[in-house]
Amino acid sequence: MQTILKRFAGWSLSTPATLVILLFLVVPVAITIATTFADEGGVLAPYLTFFSSGFRRTVLWRTIEISLATTAISLVIGFLAAYVVSKAPDRLKSLLIIAAVFPLLTGVVVRSFAWLIILGREGILNSFLLWTGIADQPFAMLYTQWSVVVAMVYLFVPLMILTLVGVLENIPDDVVQASASLGATPAATFRQVIFPLAVPGLIVGAVLVFTGSFTAYATPQLLGGDRQMVMGTLMHQRAMVAFDWVGASTVATIMVVITIAVVLLMSRTARRLNPMAA
Amino acid sequence: MTARPHPALIALTIAVYLFLIGPLIIVFGAALSDTSYLTFPPQGLTLRWFENIFEVAAFRRTIVTSLQIAFLATGIALLIGIPAAYALNRHRIQLPSWLSTLFVLPILIPEIVIGFSLLRSVAVDAGLPIFPTLLIGHTILVLPYVIRVISASLAGFDFSIEEAAISLGSPPAKTFFTIVLPNVRSGVIVAFILAFITSINDVSVSLFLTGPGISTLPIQILAHVEQFFDPTIASVSVLLMLLTVAVMAIVERTLGLTFLAK
Repeated sequence: MQTILKRFAGWSLSTPATLVILLFLVVPVAITIATTFADEGGVLAPYLTFFSSGFRRTVLWRTIEISLATTAISLVIGFLAAYVVSKAPDRLKSLLIIAAVFPLLTGVVVRSFAWLIILGREGILNSFLLWTGIADQPFAMLYTQWSVVVAMVYLFVPLMILTLVGVLENIPDDVVQASASLGATPAATFRQVIFPLAVPGLIVGAVLVFTGSFTAYATPQLLGGDRQMVMGTLMHQRAMVAFDWVGASTVATIMVVITIAVVLLMSRTARRLNPMAA
Repeated sequence: MTARPHPALIALTIAVYLFLIGPLIIVFGAALSDTSYLTFPPQGLTLRWFENIFEVAAFRRTIVTSLQIAFLATGIALLIGIPAAYALNRHRIQLPSWLSTLFVLPILIPEIVIGFSLLRSVAVDAGLPIFPTLLIGHTILVLPYVIRVISASLAGFDFSIEEAAISLGSPPAKTFFTIVLPNVRSGVIVAFILAFITSINDVSVSLFLTGPGISTLPIQILAHVEQFFDPTIASVSVLLMLLTVAVMAIVERTLGLTFLAK
């Protein structure tokens, strides 16, 4: 009797949230995916349309390139900065964490807009280059693949730092001290002890950054425009400009499949590579 | 005491932090510039761009909509998220294991896909007006944050206190409100704040869920930037940054900001 009551309590308390997610997330997204397989032209017709279009293949490839570049750069500078932050004295450390949280809590639009002011044709960087005489005419930096990558790295480095500071702080001090007392140089300790222990955290960070950049809309829209169309902006263009709902749903399905595949694959890898679990 | 990091690493970290904070200072400066175009360092100081925000009807309207949606979505998410987080902690064994997976789905599914699917199924096919659809989208967006933060605070709660109260004759519902909830108060505050700021800043879910007369502030900013390049957007951005500062101050006073690095 008691357990039935308890089971009932657990169910009834979680039901409202469960229903909201089932009804307004699982069902609508399932419908979006299902419509791409129920097209009049045949089961895989929308995908044939997608992959036979050179333009859309370019968009997919560009999105992967931008996301990989963003992930790689954010990983390297995020990891090195997080290492220094984790070694900082307490007061400085909290200050550095606050300085990373602030941009993270500031919206994507605001942070992307900042790069519009910096990279524009009459932007700060061009004015500076002209003023110093390094360039004699302004560069076209906006609406290039690199302007999107720079703004995207800017978006994700704080997330990477915060994720990795947590991971690095969890590495037990005695492991590091043991390595040093056994004669390892600081560089060797970093390479052979700290880095392998941080790998699972690096993978988590990489997944967050990759999936975030792969599905981004605001940053590529502001800094890449139509010239650097990515999956997010292509999906919006298909749905709201071309009113091609099946086309937009196809882009959506490809995004969902790639996102979930990356998450599953990488979390499995992270578990396998975790030296603490072995 | 471990060895100090290599000077080159320290130099790199300083550069990374300049990279993180610099652009936000530039936005701040650009908002104060007495020019009709965006520039930094500001030329002449003025607050007229802040006044201009409220003179543009579209900004006034979208600020109101964004605030309404953020308050309502956060409220609903707390209302359904707190019981769910409680059930997940208190009755974990009685609940199926897929339930906690279900609650992280909103993070796993790309936000832009959530917005698009809600437009298709709920707004167009089921005929729900845009405002409630937008509200549903934001509720789903912030729900995982609420459940995660509340679960984290419940994990530190000693449920034997609750059992003691119940065995002494206190009704379960009353016990929840007088014993459990006050003990996770700071978790509730942080969940509220994080959900609120997430909703206010959201672009990807809202993108498809705007209609005649209904839009959110970030979507309005995107639309404005494509037509005008004046400092109004910089001043709106400064307002949003001030909101971030307020949010951080509240989080720092409740759970501490280092909570966010875990």
